[in-house]
Amino acid sequence: MATASADHAHEHVHYTTTGLDHRKIAIWAFIGSECMLFASLISTYLIYKGRSIVGPFPHEAWTSPSGQKFNAILNIPVTSMSTFVLLMSSLAMVLALAAVENRGKPGYVGTALGNSKLWLAATALLGATFLGFQAFEFTSFVHEGLTIKTNLFGSSFFTLTGFHGAHVTVGVLWLLTLLAIDFKRGLTPKDALIVDICALYWHFVDVVWIAIFTLVYLIK
Amino acid sequence: MTDHHHADHEHEHPTWTQYKWVAIVLTAITAVEVWIYYTPFKDSPLFVPVLLIMSAVKFAIVVLFYMHLKYDHKLFKALFTGPLIIAMCTIMALLFLFKKLSI
Repeated sequence: MATASADHAHEHVHYTTTGLDHRKIAIWAFIGSECMLFASLISTYLIYKGRSIVGPFPHEAWTSPSGQKFNAILNIPVTSMSTFVLLMSSLAMVLALAAVENRGKPGYVGTALGNSKLWLAATALLGATFLGFQAFEFTSFVHEGLTIKTNLFGSSFFTLTGFHGAHVTVGVLWLLTLLAIDFKRGLTPKDALIVDICALYWHFVDVVWIAIFTLVYLIK
Repeated sequence: MTDHHHADHEHEHPTWTQYKWVAIVLTAITAVEVWIYYTPFKDSPLFVPVLLIMSAVKFAIVVLFYMHLKYDHKLFKALFTGPLIIAMCTIMALLFLFKKLSI
């Protein structure tokens, strides 16, 4: 009994030399490494920008030697909407974390602000909506004649935005896992760290898109 | 866990009002970015620098407030800003190497 009790206590005590939880240090180190991964992908896109020999091109119309006409392929209004959706998902994410951290506190009990399930579901739904926009964009590009092997723009564009989309997909799955835990046993302030780690990943995915939206979509 | 764990979590966090204003500012900057894309300003030599500045401001706002790095431990700041600086330098170096930028 005493041993079981000691084991139980051990589960909840993580002494570290820094005084900081290793899981949080790990997620920040991971995010730092992800900065360098996306820097390499963004560099590749920028280096190849404007070097495609054949179209379709991102911002300019193009007529092929056989006379086939292609419009500028990027759809700024649609991507602006998906950018807005991702920004709002970050707001929902911080509200989910605040709901978990402040569970049971005055101002949160019985209010929408204290409903972590609502905000986790909203974040996952907004993330899935962003992925829907991306699927629509990729499909329309393929229909308009741009695939990953059409030209340098297609290769670098699909690689960069595809990697980002894969990260969003992982984030949505992570959020759904937290939502399932919340439904099963309820997330309490003791679980704030696991929600915080997911939130940091989710916001990082958001900041990467902020850079991609400007560098890929808006700058000609 | 308690001492260490709480050390991580009992730092100051932005309030709901701050979160709301951050969302409004991010949306407003995004709207301005898209708006200037459709104006004659897009042909100005200032277009790219202005877009980059607005993008950097959005990036910083999300990192400081939503990722609450402004309120967090200096080790976390170092773990993020160190690789970020390396990443920025890598982008600049590659753009110079491939003659996308020149002095």
